[in-house]
Amino acid sequence: MDITLQQVSYAYAKNTPFEKRALFDVDLHIASGSYQAIIGHTGSGKSTILQHLNALLKPTDGSINIGDVEVKADKKNKQLREVRQKVGIVFQFPEHQLFDETVLKDIMFGPMNFGVPEVEAKRRAIELTQLLGLPEEVLEKSPFDLSGGQMRRVAIAGVLAMNPKVLVLDEPTAGLDPRGRKEIMDLFYTLHKEKGLTTVLVTHSMEDAARYADQIAIMHNGKCVLEGTPQEIFAHEERLTEFRLELPQSVRFQKKIEQMIGKKLPTICLTEESLAEELAQLIKKEREE
Amino acid sequence: MKREIISLQDVTFTYATDDSNVRPALNNVSYTIYESQWVAIVGHNGSGKSTLARLMNGLLFPQTGTVRVFGETLNEQNLWETRSQMGMVFQNPDNQFVGATVQDDVAFALENNGIPFEEMVERVEASLAKVNMSEFMNSEPHHLSGGQKQRVAIAGAIALKPKILLLDEATSMLDPQGREEVLATVRQLKEETDLTVISITHDLEEALLADRVIMMNQGEKYVEGTPEEIFQKGQELVDLGLDLPFAMNISRLLRAQGIPLVADHMSEEELVNDLWTSHFNK
Repeated sequence: MDITLQQVSYAYAKNTPFEKRALFDVDLHIASGSYQAIIGHTGSGKSTILQHLNALLKPTDGSINIGDVEVKADKKNKQLREVRQKVGIVFQFPEHQLFDETVLKDIMFGPMNFGVPEVEAKRRAIELTQLLGLPEEVLEKSPFDLSGGQMRRVAIAGVLAMNPKVLVLDEPTAGLDPRGRKEIMDLFYTLHKEKGLTTVLVTHSMEDAARYADQIAIMHNGKCVLEGTPQEIFAHEERLTEFRLELPQSVRFQKKIEQMIGKKLPTICLTEESLAEELAQLIKKEREE
Repeated sequence: MKREIISLQDVTFTYATDDSNVRPALNNVSYTIYESQWVAIVGHNGSGKSTLARLMNGLLFPQTGTVRVFGETLNEQNLWETRSQMGMVFQNPDNQFVGATVQDDVAFALENNGIPFEEMVERVEASLAKVNMSEFMNSEPHHLSGGQKQRVAIAGAIALKPKILLLDEATSMLDPQGREEVLATVRQLKEETDLTVISITHDLEEALLADRVIMMNQGEKYVEGTPEEIFQKGQELVDLGLDLPFAMNISRLLRAQGIPLVADHMSEEELVNDLWTSHFNK
């Protein structure tokens, strides 16, 4: 499902003395099946964009096309329900949204609310707990008796249970330990590939954006200021500094090495693995010479 | 010998529950923290780190074993006196503001403790200067970045002139820049004062800055030592759900590609130097 933002502006508390513009003429095209990262500092507007992606907010100016539904300020939309079913958002600290008596009921709530039969909702809940690496006995437990990491997984299962076509992730791993972080990010990536999802990751981790995304958009003061593939984005260190952002750790280290040896590696190394590989190749070549 | 600040002896703690076969959150944990050390307590989610924090400031009491603070066993009588010596900074920067402006917020605890006005003004100014937030004195908290908010929280804590600063995952919700700001502030405080810092974290880069690391695993103390000693464990740490510092990861990956190195380097500088001397400077 394609998502296209055209000249989107948004002001909180419009037409009041407290009016505060959060977005200015944002153009962004998220192609169906792509993995889009949105990066920016606190206050850059990335969370405001996120809430537009399933029409929780409507633009005060401009328009958004989500699949074949157009969302505009002055347009009443009857199809928003459909949009919200297809675009699943995993908010920051999604475990705060858990509420039901048992994990099973909590995961089933979303799909049943959208008319999925009980048997099917239950089947999905069981499948998802397995997929997220939760032991089966949690299904009958209260979500509030679980550990923080498990609660996060249950909340994510609740979003996935809607079978969304688009998955929007807002710092989905904040507060998790490194292993949990990697497991969850890898899981999202696998789902992205296997189910052909369109994935939008809002993050301040340059490393995650570099590793997983096909396209990166950089937000700064409510504007989308830079867009491109990770290779393109991380080739412009000066521009990133201008927006108070840093290079991913592997690229920063690559620069140090390049400076030391006075040579460039053939590509920008977006992950630790690719950096080690390129370095090893270079060293082996030097040895032969 | 340095003065003992906090000492746990054979502490076991189980959260109350209907389920009788629940495993204790902490099992037989002992350690001692000495004056003006920076100690990092690390471990995966659910390893017992936060329970330790709650035991050290008397929010919880152990079922068996003792918690000693400043040489005295913590109990309901000396709890308040002890707590006034302990500044705490928590995970979520948005949950710990009470004042309408930065200076009101820092003054809050001083006012509660009946500090005279003139001294209060002095202490607020001094504390904000220490965390480099003086220019934001009259700002409203919601205009600050996450890192700035946490620095104000630290100012509020040190305004009471505590002996101990306890950081409970204080950087885990911040962006990289905010994290860097907070850690630089703590490092500076450590240099200028004899504050004892206890940071609870799963960020091993943060643990690298500490004098000593206590590593928790499934409610038990797994190992304790200097960051160097801890990181020598390499793969063991990864198996316990933690991540190695960047330079070590690269070292290990290079070796796997058949590139010999002197060691798995902890710092980027060491790794760069090793690569230069062993492989490029020929």
